[in-house]
Amino acid sequence: MSTATHDKVLVYTTPTCVYCKNVKAYLEEKNIAYEAIDVLADPAKAQEMIDKSDQMGVPVTDFKGTIIVGFDKSRLDAAVSAA
Amino acid sequence: MEAVIEPPVTAQASQVQEITVGDEETIAVYDAIVIGGGPAGMTAAIYLARKQLKVLLLSKDLGGQAAWSSDVENYLGFSMITGTELTKHFQDHLMKFHDEITLKLMRDGVNSITKQPTGFTVELGDGSREQAKAVIIASGKIPKQLGIDGETEFLNRGVTYCAWCDGPLFKNKSVVIVGGGNSALDAALSIERLTKDITIVNSTDSLNGDEVMIEKVMAAHTIRVLNHSQALSISGDKVVRGVTVRDSQTGTDTELAVDGVFIEVGSVPSSTFLQGFVELNELHEVVIDKRNMTSVEGVFAAGDVTDVSEKQIIVAAGEGSKAAIQCSKWLAGRP
Repeated sequence: MSTATHDKVLVYTTPTCVYCKNVKAYLEEKNIAYEAIDVLADPAKAQEMIDKSDQMGVPVTDFKGTIIVGFDKSRLDAAVSAA
Repeated sequence: MEAVIEPPVTAQASQVQEITVGDEETIAVYDAIVIGGGPAGMTAAIYLARKQLKVLLLSKDLGGQAAWSSDVENYLGFSMITGTELTKHFQDHLMKFHDEITLKLMRDGVNSITKQPTGFTVELGDGSREQAKAVIIASGKIPKQLGIDGETEFLNRGVTYCAWCDGPLFKNKSVVIVGGGNSALDAALSIERLTKDITIVNSTDSLNGDEVMIEKVMAAHTIRVLNHSQALSISGDKVVRGVTVRDSQTGTDTELAVDGVFIEVGSVPSSTFLQGFVELNELHEVVIDKRNMTSVEGVFAAGDVTDVSEKQIIVAAGEGSKAAIQCSKWLAGRP
Protein backbone atom coordinates (compact mmCIF):
# COMPACT_ATOMS: atom_id res chain seq x y z
CA MET A 1 0.00 0.00 0.00
CA SER A 2 1.40 3.40 -0.82
CA THR A 3 0.51 7.02 -1.26
CA ALA A 4 2.32 9.80 -3.14
CA THR A 5 6.01 9.67 -2.26
CA HIS A 6 7.54 12.35 -0.07
CA ASP A 7 10.54 12.60 2.20
CA LYS A 8 8.86 12.41 5.59
CA VAL A 9 8.20 9.57 8.01
CA LEU A 10 4.85 9.97 9.76
CA VAL A 11 3.51 7.73 12.51
CA TYR A 12 -0.20 7.96 13.32
CA THR A 13 -0.78 6.91 16.93
CA THR A 14 -3.13 6.99 19.89
CA PRO A 15 -2.11 7.39 23.54
CA THR A 16 -3.34 3.88 24.50
CA CYS A 17 -1.55 1.90 21.81
CA VAL A 18 1.52 -0.10 22.87
CA TYR A 19 2.40 -1.07 19.30
CA CYS A 20 2.57 2.64 18.46
CA LYS A 21 5.31 2.90 21.07
CA ASN A 22 7.05 -0.09 19.45
CA VAL A 23 7.09 1.63 16.05
CA LYS A 24 8.49 4.83 17.54
CA ALA A 25 11.16 2.90 19.46
CA TYR A 26 12.09 1.06 16.27
CA LEU A 27 12.53 4.31 14.31
CA GLU A 28 14.54 5.87 17.13
CA GLU A 29 16.79 2.82 17.29
CA LYS A 30 17.43 3.25 13.55
CA ASN A 31 18.07 6.99 14.04
CA ILE A 32 15.22 7.81 11.67
CA ALA A 33 13.53 11.15 12.24
CA TYR A 34 9.75 10.93 12.29
CA GLU A 35 6.69 12.98 13.13
CA ALA A 36 4.28 11.38 15.59
CA ILE A 37 0.63 12.33 15.01
CA ASP A 38 -1.89 11.76 17.80
CA VAL A 39 -5.12 10.97 15.97
CA LEU A 40 -7.15 11.25 19.18
CA ALA A 41 -6.16 14.89 19.48
CA ASP A 42 -6.64 15.68 15.79
CA PRO A 43 -9.74 14.21 14.08
CA ALA A 44 -8.65 15.63 10.72
CA LYS A 45 -5.43 13.65 10.97
CA ALA A 46 -7.44 10.61 11.98
CA GLN A 47 -9.36 10.90 8.72
CA GLU A 48 -6.10 11.45 6.84
CA MET A 49 -4.78 8.21 8.33
CA ILE A 50 -7.97 6.34 7.36
CA ASP A 51 -7.79 7.71 3.81
CA LYS A 52 -4.15 6.69 3.44
CA SER A 53 -4.43 3.22 4.97
CA ASP A 54 -8.03 2.32 4.10
CA GLN A 55 -8.61 1.15 7.66
CA MET A 56 -8.92 2.51 11.20
CA GLY A 57 -6.34 0.64 13.28
CA VAL A 58 -3.18 2.17 14.70
CA PRO A 59 -0.28 2.46 14.38
CA VAL A 60 -0.03 3.51 10.76
CA THR A 61 3.38 4.47 9.46
CA ASP A 62 3.67 6.56 6.30
CA PHE A 63 7.31 5.87 5.46
CA LYS A 64 7.94 8.36 2.67
CA GLY A 65 4.79 7.24 0.88
CA THR A 66 4.84 3.55 1.85
CA ILE A 67 1.96 2.77 4.20
CA ILE A 68 2.57 0.17 6.93
CA VAL A 69 -0.22 -0.85 9.30
CA GLY A 70 0.68 -2.13 12.75
CA PHE A 71 4.10 -2.89 14.18
CA ASP A 72 5.08 -4.93 11.12
CA LYS A 73 8.82 -5.24 11.56
CA SER A 74 9.51 -7.01 8.28
CA ARG A 75 7.73 -4.28 6.29
CA LEU A 76 9.43 -1.58 8.31
CA ASP A 77 12.80 -3.22 7.67
CA ALA A 78 12.01 -3.33 3.95
CA ALA A 79 10.98 0.32 3.88
CA VAL A 80 14.14 1.37 5.72
CA SER A 81 16.32 -0.66 3.38
CA ALA A 82 14.64 0.80 0.30
CA ALA A 83 14.98 4.39 1.51
CA MET B 1 11.77 -32.55 1.84
CA GLU B 2 11.12 -33.33 5.52
CA ALA B 3 13.92 -32.17 7.85
CA VAL B 4 15.50 -34.98 9.85
CA ILE B 5 16.80 -33.78 13.18
CA GLU B 6 19.95 -35.74 14.02
CA PRO B 7 20.78 -36.20 17.71
CA PRO B 8 23.69 -33.92 18.65
CA VAL B 9 27.08 -35.53 19.24
CA THR B 10 27.69 -33.20 22.15
CA ALA B 11 24.47 -32.00 23.80
CA GLN B 12 25.27 -28.39 24.60
CA ALA B 13 21.84 -27.04 25.39
CA SER B 14 22.98 -23.43 25.31
CA GLN B 15 23.80 -23.44 21.61
CA VAL B 16 21.38 -23.18 18.73
CA GLN B 17 22.31 -26.21 16.71
CA GLU B 18 22.26 -26.34 12.99
CA ILE B 19 21.31 -29.34 10.97
CA THR B 20 21.70 -30.03 7.30
CA VAL B 21 18.73 -31.11 5.27
CA GLY B 22 19.76 -32.95 2.16
CA ASP B 23 22.90 -31.42 0.69
CA GLU B 24 21.98 -27.80 0.84
CA GLU B 25 19.67 -26.40 3.44
CA THR B 26 20.97 -25.67 6.92
CA ILE B 27 18.41 -24.82 9.53
CA ALA B 28 18.66 -23.90 13.20
CA VAL B 29 17.32 -26.13 15.95
CA TYR B 30 16.29 -24.30 19.07
CA ASP B 31 16.06 -25.79 22.54
CA ALA B 32 12.46 -24.58 22.66
CA ILE B 33 9.96 -22.74 20.54
CA VAL B 34 7.39 -20.66 22.41
CA ILE B 35 4.26 -19.99 20.40
CA GLY B 36 2.52 -16.82 21.55
CA GLY B 37 3.84 -13.52 22.87
CA GLY B 38 1.35 -12.66 25.60
CA PRO B 39 2.12 -12.75 29.33
CA ALA B 40 2.37 -16.57 29.37
CA GLY B 41 4.65 -16.77 26.35
CA MET B 42 6.88 -13.88 27.35
CA THR B 43 7.30 -15.25 30.87
CA ALA B 44 8.09 -18.71 29.53
CA ALA B 45 10.68 -17.29 27.14
CA ILE B 46 12.37 -15.32 29.93
CA TYR B 47 12.51 -18.32 32.24
CA LEU B 48 14.01 -20.49 29.48
CA ALA B 49 16.52 -17.75 28.61
CA ARG B 50 17.63 -17.52 32.25
CA LYS B 51 18.42 -21.23 32.03
CA GLN B 52 20.68 -20.26 29.09
CA LEU B 53 18.51 -22.19 26.70
CA LYS B 54 18.11 -20.94 23.13
CA VAL B 55 14.54 -19.88 22.56
CA LEU B 56 12.55 -18.91 19.49
CA LEU B 57 9.50 -16.85 20.37
CA LEU B 58 6.89 -16.85 17.62
CA SER B 59 4.02 -14.42 17.85
CA LYS B 60 1.88 -11.97 15.93
CA ASP B 61 2.65 -9.37 18.57
CA LEU B 62 4.23 -8.89 21.98
CA GLY B 63 1.36 -8.30 24.33
CA GLY B 64 -1.57 -10.55 23.58
CA GLN B 65 -4.81 -9.81 25.38
CA ALA B 66 -2.98 -7.81 28.07
CA ALA B 67 -2.30 -5.07 25.52
CA TRP B 68 -6.07 -4.80 24.99
CA SER B 69 -6.77 -4.15 28.66
CA SER B 70 -7.65 -0.71 29.95
CA ASP B 71 -7.05 -0.45 33.70
CA VAL B 72 -5.36 -3.39 35.40
CA GLU B 73 -5.69 -3.24 39.17
CA ASN B 74 -4.87 -6.81 40.16
CA TYR B 75 -1.36 -7.42 38.83
CA LEU B 76 0.93 -7.71 41.87
CA GLY B 77 3.18 -4.70 42.24
CA PHE B 78 0.86 -2.26 40.46
CA SER B 79 -2.13 -0.72 42.26
CA MET B 80 -3.39 0.49 38.90
CA ILE B 81 -1.68 0.34 35.53
CA THR B 82 -3.00 0.41 32.00
CA GLY B 83 -2.68 -2.64 29.79
CA THR B 84 -0.51 -0.54 27.50
CA GLU B 85 1.97 0.33 30.24
CA LEU B 86 2.03 -3.16 31.70
CA THR B 87 2.67 -4.65 28.26
CA LYS B 88 5.53 -2.20 27.73
CA HIS B 89 7.09 -3.41 31.02
CA PHE B 90 6.74 -7.02 29.80
CA GLN B 91 8.33 -6.16 26.45
CA ASP B 92 11.26 -4.30 28.04
CA HIS B 93 11.94 -7.23 30.36
CA LEU B 94 11.84 -9.69 27.47
CA MET B 95 14.24 -7.65 25.34
CA LYS B 96 16.93 -7.84 28.03
CA PHE B 97 17.42 -11.43 26.86
CA HIS B 98 18.05 -10.58 23.22
CA ASP B 99 21.03 -12.95 23.10
CA GLU B 100 19.07 -15.98 24.22
CA ILE B 101 15.65 -15.20 22.74
CA THR B 102 15.13 -14.96 18.99
CA LEU B 103 11.92 -13.07 18.35
CA LYS B 104 10.01 -13.71 15.14
CA LEU B 105 6.89 -11.61 14.71
CA MET B 106 4.73 -13.46 12.21
CA ARG B 107 1.88 -12.07 10.20
CA ASP B 108 0.12 -15.32 9.31
CA GLY B 109 0.22 -17.41 12.47
CA VAL B 110 1.14 -21.06 12.83
CA ASN B 111 -0.17 -23.75 10.51
CA SER B 112 0.88 -26.87 12.37
CA ILE B 113 3.27 -28.64 14.71
CA THR B 114 4.58 -32.06 13.81
CA LYS B 115 6.66 -34.46 15.84
CA GLN B 116 10.06 -35.50 14.54
CA PRO B 117 12.33 -38.30 15.80
CA THR B 118 14.09 -35.98 18.28
CA GLY B 119 12.05 -32.81 18.29
CA PHE B 120 9.31 -30.84 16.59
CA THR B 121 8.74 -28.88 13.39
CA VAL B 122 6.57 -25.79 13.57
CA GLU B 123 5.22 -24.66 10.21
CA LEU B 124 4.26 -21.01 9.97
CA GLY B 125 1.51 -19.50 7.89
CA ASP B 126 4.02 -18.19 5.35
CA GLY B 127 5.23 -21.73 4.73
CA SER B 128 8.53 -21.39 6.62
CA ARG B 129 9.47 -24.00 9.20
CA GLU B 130 11.28 -23.87 12.51
CA GLN B 131 12.69 -26.74 14.54
CA ALA B 132 13.08 -27.26 18.27
CA LYS B 133 13.58 -29.99 20.84
CA ALA B 134 10.54 -28.83 22.82
CA VAL B 135 7.56 -26.55 22.33
CA ILE B 136 5.57 -24.35 24.70
CA ILE B 137 2.15 -23.36 23.40
CA ALA B 138 0.98 -20.02 24.77
CA SER B 139 -1.28 -18.85 21.96
CA GLY B 140 -3.93 -17.41 24.23
CA LYS B 141 -7.44 -16.55 23.14
CA ILE B 142 -8.97 -14.64 20.28
CA PRO B 143 -12.22 -12.67 20.17
CA LYS B 144 -15.35 -14.63 19.40
CA GLN B 145 -17.00 -13.50 16.20
CA LEU B 146 -20.68 -12.96 15.58
CA GLY B 147 -20.59 -14.55 12.14
CA ILE B 148 -22.86 -11.91 10.60
CA ASP B 149 -22.77 -10.16 7.24
CA GLY B 150 -20.36 -7.28 7.14
CA GLU B 151 -18.35 -8.36 10.16
CA THR B 152 -15.32 -9.51 8.18
CA GLU B 153 -15.76 -7.01 5.35
CA PHE B 154 -15.63 -4.05 7.72
CA LEU B 155 -12.95 -5.35 10.09
CA ASN B 156 -10.74 -2.36 10.99
CA ARG B 157 -13.06 -0.17 8.94
CA GLY B 158 -15.51 0.38 11.74
CA VAL B 159 -15.67 -3.12 13.19
CA THR B 160 -13.34 -3.78 16.09
CA TYR B 161 -12.93 -6.18 19.00
CA CYS B 162 -10.90 -3.84 21.20
CA ALA B 163 -12.45 -0.73 22.69
CA TRP B 164 -9.26 0.21 24.51
CA CYS B 165 -7.20 0.02 21.33
CA ASP B 166 -9.56 1.62 18.85
CA GLY B 167 -11.87 3.79 20.95
CA PRO B 168 -9.92 6.98 20.13
CA LEU B 169 -10.77 6.59 16.43
CA PHE B 170 -14.47 6.99 17.28
CA LYS B 171 -14.24 10.33 19.02
CA ASN B 172 -17.58 12.16 18.86
CA LYS B 173 -19.12 9.32 16.86
CA SER B 174 -22.05 6.98 17.34
CA VAL B 175 -21.21 3.37 18.02
CA VAL B 176 -22.83 0.05 18.82
CA ILE B 177 -21.38 -2.40 21.33
CA VAL B 178 -22.60 -5.95 20.83
CA GLY B 179 -22.63 -7.95 24.06
CA GLY B 180 -24.11 -7.86 27.54
CA GLY B 181 -21.45 -9.12 29.91
CA ASN B 182 -18.52 -7.54 31.68
CA SER B 183 -16.40 -7.05 28.57
CA ALA B 184 -19.22 -5.17 26.85
CA LEU B 185 -19.85 -3.06 29.95
CA ASP B 186 -16.14 -2.37 30.38
CA ALA B 187 -15.90 -1.36 26.73
CA ALA B 188 -18.83 1.02 27.09
CA LEU B 189 -17.42 2.69 30.18
CA SER B 190 -13.94 3.00 28.67
CA ILE B 191 -15.15 4.90 25.59
CA GLU B 192 -18.14 6.72 27.07
CA ARG B 193 -16.38 10.08 27.30
CA LEU B 194 -14.91 9.79 23.81
CA THR B 195 -17.96 8.89 21.79
CA LYS B 196 -21.09 10.83 20.93
CA ASP B 197 -23.36 7.99 21.96
CA ILE B 198 -23.30 4.24 22.57
CA THR B 199 -25.99 1.62 21.95
CA ILE B 200 -25.43 -1.70 23.68
CA VAL B 201 -27.06 -4.53 21.77
CA ASN B 202 -27.59 -7.37 24.23
CA SER B 203 -29.15 -10.69 23.26
CA THR B 204 -30.46 -11.58 26.74
CA ASP B 205 -33.31 -10.01 28.65
CA SER B 206 -30.98 -8.01 30.89
CA LEU B 207 -27.32 -7.12 31.22
CA ASN B 208 -25.41 -9.83 33.06
CA GLY B 209 -22.15 -8.34 34.25
CA ASP B 210 -21.01 -7.00 37.62
CA GLU B 211 -23.69 -4.96 39.35
CA VAL B 212 -21.36 -1.99 39.87
CA MET B 213 -20.67 -1.77 36.15
CA ILE B 214 -24.33 -2.20 35.23
CA GLU B 215 -25.25 0.69 37.52
CA LYS B 216 -22.64 2.95 35.91
CA VAL B 217 -23.81 2.04 32.42
CA MET B 218 -27.46 2.63 33.25
CA ALA B 219 -26.60 5.99 34.80
CA ALA B 220 -24.64 7.19 31.78
CA HIS B 221 -26.58 9.71 29.71
CA THR B 222 -25.05 8.77 26.37
CA ILE B 223 -25.46 4.99 26.71
CA ARG B 224 -28.68 3.17 25.91
CA VAL B 225 -29.26 -0.56 26.17
CA LEU B 226 -31.28 -2.67 23.77
CA ASN B 227 -31.97 -5.95 25.54
CA HIS B 228 -33.33 -9.10 23.84
CA SER B 229 -31.75 -7.76 20.64
CA GLN B 230 -29.37 -9.19 18.09
CA ALA B 231 -27.13 -7.61 15.50
CA LEU B 232 -28.12 -9.11 12.16
CA SER B 233 -25.78 -7.37 9.75
CA ILE B 234 -23.32 -4.52 9.40
CA SER B 235 -23.41 -2.19 6.41
CA GLY B 236 -21.56 0.76 4.98
CA ASP B 237 -19.42 1.94 2.11
CA LYS B 238 -15.71 2.45 2.74
CA VAL B 239 -16.42 2.35 6.48
CA VAL B 240 -19.29 1.23 8.67
CA ARG B 241 -22.45 3.30 8.34
CA GLY B 242 -25.05 1.15 10.06
CA VAL B 243 -26.11 -1.98 11.91
CA THR B 244 -29.40 -3.85 11.52
CA VAL B 245 -30.72 -4.99 14.88
CA ARG B 246 -33.62 -7.38 15.57
CA ASP B 247 -35.71 -7.26 18.70
CA SER B 248 -36.28 -10.93 19.44
CA GLN B 249 -39.44 -10.22 21.45
CA THR B 250 -41.24 -8.17 18.80
CA GLY B 251 -39.50 -9.50 15.73
CA THR B 252 -38.91 -5.92 14.59
CA ASP B 253 -35.78 -5.03 12.63
CA THR B 254 -34.25 -1.57 13.04
CA GLU B 255 -31.40 0.03 11.14
CA LEU B 256 -29.11 1.99 13.47
CA ALA B 257 -26.96 4.67 11.87
CA VAL B 258 -23.56 4.24 13.50
CA ASP B 259 -19.90 4.76 12.68
CA GLY B 260 -18.52 1.82 14.61
CA VAL B 261 -19.34 -1.63 15.94
CA PHE B 262 -17.49 -3.00 18.95
CA ILE B 263 -17.97 -6.76 19.24
CA GLU B 264 -17.61 -7.91 22.84
CA VAL B 265 -19.15 -11.38 23.04
CA GLY B 266 -16.30 -13.27 24.63
CA SER B 267 -13.29 -15.13 23.36
CA VAL B 268 -12.20 -18.60 22.27
CA PRO B 269 -8.87 -20.43 22.59
CA SER B 270 -6.47 -19.89 19.73
CA SER B 271 -6.09 -23.63 19.18
CA THR B 272 -7.26 -24.38 15.63
CA PHE B 273 -3.71 -25.21 14.55
CA LEU B 274 -3.48 -27.80 17.34
CA GLN B 275 -6.46 -29.93 16.36
CA GLY B 276 -5.38 -33.50 15.94
CA PHE B 277 -1.96 -32.84 17.49
CA VAL B 278 -2.60 -32.39 21.23
CA GLU B 279 -5.65 -33.24 23.31
CA LEU B 280 -8.24 -30.45 23.45
CA ASN B 281 -11.26 -30.38 25.73
CA GLU B 282 -14.85 -29.61 24.72
CA LEU B 283 -14.06 -25.88 24.89
CA HIS B 284 -11.10 -26.37 22.51
CA GLU B 285 -8.65 -25.61 25.33
CA VAL B 286 -5.36 -27.49 25.51
CA VAL B 287 -5.49 -30.13 28.24
CA ILE B 288 -2.41 -30.00 30.47
CA ASP B 289 -1.18 -31.92 33.52
CA LYS B 290 0.46 -30.54 36.67
CA ARG B 291 3.72 -30.15 34.77
CA ASN B 292 1.96 -28.07 32.08
CA MET B 293 2.69 -30.98 29.73
CA THR B 294 0.16 -31.63 27.00
CA SER B 295 -0.81 -35.06 25.69
CA VAL B 296 2.37 -35.00 23.58
CA GLU B 297 5.67 -35.60 25.37
CA GLY B 298 7.88 -32.53 25.01
CA VAL B 299 5.00 -30.17 24.21
CA PHE B 300 3.97 -27.91 27.05
CA ALA B 301 1.28 -25.23 27.23
CA ALA B 302 0.47 -22.25 29.40
CA GLY B 303 -2.06 -19.50 29.85
CA ASP B 304 -5.51 -18.87 28.42
CA VAL B 305 -5.19 -21.45 25.63
CA THR B 306 -5.10 -24.20 28.28
CA ASP B 307 -7.77 -25.63 30.57
CA VAL B 308 -6.40 -23.67 33.53
CA SER B 309 -9.45 -22.69 35.55
CA GLU B 310 -8.82 -18.95 35.76
CA LYS B 311 -7.94 -16.66 32.88
CA GLN B 312 -6.06 -13.69 34.30
CA ILE B 313 -2.86 -11.87 33.31
CA ILE B 314 -1.08 -12.87 36.51
CA VAL B 315 -2.22 -16.49 36.19
CA ALA B 316 -0.92 -16.58 32.62
CA ALA B 317 2.48 -15.30 33.75
CA GLY B 318 2.60 -17.90 36.52
CA GLU B 319 1.61 -20.66 34.15
CA GLY B 320 4.29 -19.53 31.68
CA SER B 321 6.94 -19.83 34.37
CA LYS B 322 5.73 -23.31 35.38
CA ALA B 323 5.73 -24.51 31.80
CA ALA B 324 9.24 -23.18 31.22
CA ILE B 325 10.63 -24.72 34.42
CA GLN B 326 9.12 -28.09 33.54
CA CYS B 327 10.30 -27.77 29.95
CA SER B 328 13.88 -27.06 31.04
CA LYS B 329 13.81 -30.04 33.42
CA TRP B 330 12.48 -32.23 30.66
CA LEU B 331 15.20 -31.07 28.26
CA ALA B 332 17.90 -31.72 30.87
CA GLY B 333 16.60 -35.23 31.43
CA ARG B 334 16.50 -36.23 27.79
CA PRO B 335 18.90 -39.00 26.77
